[in-house]
Amino acid sequence: MTKNNKWWSGIAVPLAAILVGLVIGGVLMFITGNNPFAGYGALLSGSFGSGIDFSETLVYVNPLIFAGLSIAVAYRAGLFNIGAEGQIIVGMLASAFVGYQFAGLPRLLHLPLTLGAGMLAGALWASVPGYLKAKFGVHEVVNSIMMNYIALHLSHYLVTGPLQDPNTTLPYSPDIAQNARLWRFLSGIGSEYRVNTGIFIAILAAFVVYWLLYKTTIGYEIRAVGFNADASRYAGMNTSRAMATAMLISGALAGLAGAVQVMGIQYKFLDIFAFEGWGFDGIAVALVAKNNPIGILGSAFLFGVLHRGSQTMQALAGVPKETIGIVQALIIFIVAAEGLVKGWIPGLDKIKALFNRGKEADV
Amino acid sequence: MVSPHEKLVLEMRGITKRFPGVVANADVDFTLKKGEIHTLLGENGAGKSTLMKILYGLYQADEGEIYVHGEKREINEPNDALSLGIGMVHQHFMLIPQFSVVENLVLGTEPKRGGVFLDMAAAVRQVEDVSREYGLAIDPHAKVMNISVGMQQRVEILKALLRGAEILVLDEPTAVLTPQEVGELFTIMRNLTEMGKSIIFISHKLKEVMEISDRVTVIRRGRIIGSVTTAETNVNDLARMMVGRDVELVVSKEPAKPGPEMFRITDLHVQDDRHLPALSGVSLSVRAGEILGIAGVDGNGQNELAEAITGMRKATSGQIVLNGKDITNLSSRRVFESKVVHIPADRHRHGLVLEFSIAENMVLRTYYAPPFSNKTVLDWEVIKQEARELIEEYDVRTPNEDVLASSLSGGNQQKVIVARELAQEPELIVAAQPTRGLDVGAIEFVHTRLIEARDAQKAVLLFSLELDEILALADRIAVMYEGRIVGIVDREEATEEKLGLMMAGVSDDRTSAVAGGGEL
Repeated sequence: MTKNNKWWSGIAVPLAAILVGLVIGGVLMFITGNNPFAGYGALLSGSFGSGIDFSETLVYVNPLIFAGLSIAVAYRAGLFNIGAEGQIIVGMLASAFVGYQFAGLPRLLHLPLTLGAGMLAGALWASVPGYLKAKFGVHEVVNSIMMNYIALHLSHYLVTGPLQDPNTTLPYSPDIAQNARLWRFLSGIGSEYRVNTGIFIAILAAFVVYWLLYKTTIGYEIRAVGFNADASRYAGMNTSRAMATAMLISGALAGLAGAVQVMGIQYKFLDIFAFEGWGFDGIAVALVAKNNPIGILGSAFLFGVLHRGSQTMQALAGVPKETIGIVQALIIFIVAAEGLVKGWIPGLDKIKALFNRGKEADV
Repeated sequence: MVSPHEKLVLEMRGITKRFPGVVANADVDFTLKKGEIHTLLGENGAGKSTLMKILYGLYQADEGEIYVHGEKREINEPNDALSLGIGMVHQHFMLIPQFSVVENLVLGTEPKRGGVFLDMAAAVRQVEDVSREYGLAIDPHAKVMNISVGMQQRVEILKALLRGAEILVLDEPTAVLTPQEVGELFTIMRNLTEMGKSIIFISHKLKEVMEISDRVTVIRRGRIIGSVTTAETNVNDLARMMVGRDVELVVSKEPAKPGPEMFRITDLHVQDDRHLPALSGVSLSVRAGEILGIAGVDGNGQNELAEAITGMRKATSGQIVLNGKDITNLSSRRVFESKVVHIPADRHRHGLVLEFSIAENMVLRTYYAPPFSNKTVLDWEVIKQEARELIEEYDVRTPNEDVLASSLSGGNQQKVIVARELAQEPELIVAAQPTRGLDVGAIEFVHTRLIEARDAQKAVLLFSLELDEILALADRIAVMYEGRIVGIVDREEATEEKLGLMMAGVSDDRTSAVAGGGEL
C-alpha cells in the first residue's frame, strides 16, 4: 500500500507540472499570435516525426540520463554536484585519449577500457570536492564549480597541445579506434542515424543506480546520510565515507556521459568553447524526477523531446524556440516549489489523503 | 456574551479545524473567566496547540466563533490578537539572544525620537515601569544570551504585558525550568491573575496543573472531553480524561536487586564543540540491575557525557570501562558492538531518519551485518520481518512497517527508537530524555521498558531534566553541575528540595551526599 502511496505522490506533482507547463506554453503561443496546436504538432513531429528525428532525440536524451543520475546520486547523500559539467569534460578527454592511444586492442577489451577511462576520470574529478567535503567540510558547490573551469581550460590546453591530432592545426584529438566505438545500431538504414548502444548503457545505468541506492548497504548509507547525517552518525555510520563514495559514483556517472558522447557520437575530443550544459540540464532532469533513477529515464526523455522539438517548432510553426525554454522553466519551478503549489493541483490532496488515510490513523 | 454569573473575557465556540486527513479541532468550546488560570490539558497531538494557534491568529478556524470581552471578533493574524489584548508565550522563546533585554522587549514597538532615532532611554523607562507594575524584576541591560532560561521566560511574559496583554497564553512554560524556577513562575502567574489578567496554561504535567489552575479543560483527539474545577478533581481523574483509560501514574517497580558493578567512568574530561571543558573529571559507576539517574539543569555537561559514553565525542582524558573492557574513545559503532545502546535526547535529529520507513529505521544500527545484509546487499525480507516483529512487540501504532517515521506520532517514534536499541540485548542503556515531549501513555510505556531492562540485570544510565522522572525511575541519583558530579544520593534520601539545590551547584553536605554512591 505504501509502495503505491510513494509511487503516486512521487509522480503526481511532476505530471501535473508538465501539464501545467505545456498549457501555459500553449497560452503563450496563442497570445503571441501562433496556433498552439500547430506549435505542439511541430514539436512532436520534430522529435518523433521520422526515424531520423527520433534518433536525434535519443542522441540528446543519452547524456541527459547520465547527468541526471549523476546529480541524483550526489543529492541522495545531501550533496549538490554542480560539477557534473567538468566531470563530463574530463570523461570525454580520457575516453578520447584511451580510444585512439590504444588502437589495435580487441573490441572486447578496448570498449570497456575506453568507457572505464571516462568513468575513472569523472570519479577522480569529483573526488576532489568529495574529499574536501568529507575531510574538511568545505562546501562542495564552490569546489566543484572551480573544478568545472579547471576542466574546461585543461581541455583547451590538451586539445591544442598534447592531445591534438598531429595531422591538423584544428583543435581536436585524433579519431578513436573502430574497436572503441559504440554500435550505431540503425546505421544500416542510413548513415545519419547516430543513435547508438550508449542509450542502452544509460538505461542499464539507471537500473544499476536504483539497485545501488535501494538494495545495497552503501546505498542505504548514502540515503541515510543525505536525509539526516546526524542520526546516521549517532547510529554508527561513517558519514564522511558515505558522502565521498556518493561523490565518486556521481563523478563516474558524469564521466560516463562524456565517454558515451565520444564513443558513440563524436569519435574524438572536439574543443569546447563554453560549457555544453549537460551537467546543468542534468540538475533539472534530476529535479523533475525527484532524484528517482527510474524517473530520470522519463524526465531526461521529456527534456530531450522538448529540446529537439523546439527547433522544428521554430522552423515549421514559427513559434520561437524560447517558448519551450519557458515551458521547461515552468516545469522546474512547479516541481521545485512543490510545497507551495500543492494546493493548486486539484484533487492532489484528496488522492494523497486517500493513500495516507491508514498512516494517519494514529494521529 | 456574558455568562449569567461570571464575566467571560474569552469564549471560543464551536471551533472546527481540519487538516488533510485529520480533524485537529472538532466543535471545540472553550471559555476563560476574568482573573482565572485555566489549564488546557491534553496529550501531544490532541489539538491544544491548534486551538491556541487559532486564538493567536496563526491558523484560521474552518468553523466557529471567537468572542473577546463579549464581542465577536475575527482574528486573522497575530497582530489582531495582540490588539485585542491576547499575548502568547511560546514554548520556544522568540528572543534575539545577542540583543539586550530592553531591545528584545521593545522590538517592533521601539519608542522613537524624531521618527527615526531609537529612544533607548524611553524604552528603558517603559520596561522599568512595566517591570515594577507587575513585580517582575529584571535587568534591562543584560544580554538575553547571558541570562537564565527562567529569566528569558520572564522577558517573554513582560513582552506580552508591554503590548497590553489581558489574556496570556503560556504554552508549556514549565518544560524548561528547574523546580525552583517553576515555583517562581507560579508566583508570577498568581500575581498576574490578582491584578486582573487571565491566563491560559498549557501543560500535560498533572501535578503542576493541579497546583496552579482554577479550572481544567481536557482535550483529546481534537474534542473537548470536559471542563472541571481543580477543587473537584484529582490527578487520576485528569489522567483518565486525557488518555481515555486508566493510567499507571506511578511506575510500579520492585526494589532494585543490583548485581556486581558493570560500568565505571573514571575522571573523565571532555571538551565541547568550542574546545572548552564540558566535563571536568566525572566519575561514576553503575551496577547490573540498577538505574543511575543523572539530574541537572540543561547544559551542565549531560549531553557531552552521554556522547562521550556512546562514542560520539572524544574524551581528552579519563577512562570508560564496561564489563572490564575499556571502551574509551572507540568509534560509535565499536561502542555499540560492545553492547552499549543509546536513546538520544533529540529523537528527530539524532534518533531517526524521518524520511525513512519504520523498517529502514529499525535497522539503522545493524543494516551492515547479517542477517540484514551480506555486508553488500540488503535483505529486505529479513529487514521487514524484523520490523514487523518489533512493531508487534513494542506496540508501535502503525498500519505497517513501510510507513515513514515522519508520519508517526512522537510517542510511536520514540517506541521505534526504544525497540531498535533494546532489541540489541544491550549491557548498558544510555537513555537521554527518553520521554521528552511524550504523552502520558507513551511515558508509561518507556518507563516500563526501562524498569524491565533493569530487572533483567542491565545497567541503565538515565539522563533527564525532569526531576519527577528521575525520582520515579532511578535507584541512585547523580546531579551534574558545570561539568562535574555535585553528588550522588540514594533514591530514598533524595528529595526534590535537596536535588534542586544540588542542581544549582550547592553540595550542602558533600559527605552525606556521596555516601549513597559509597562504592565510588
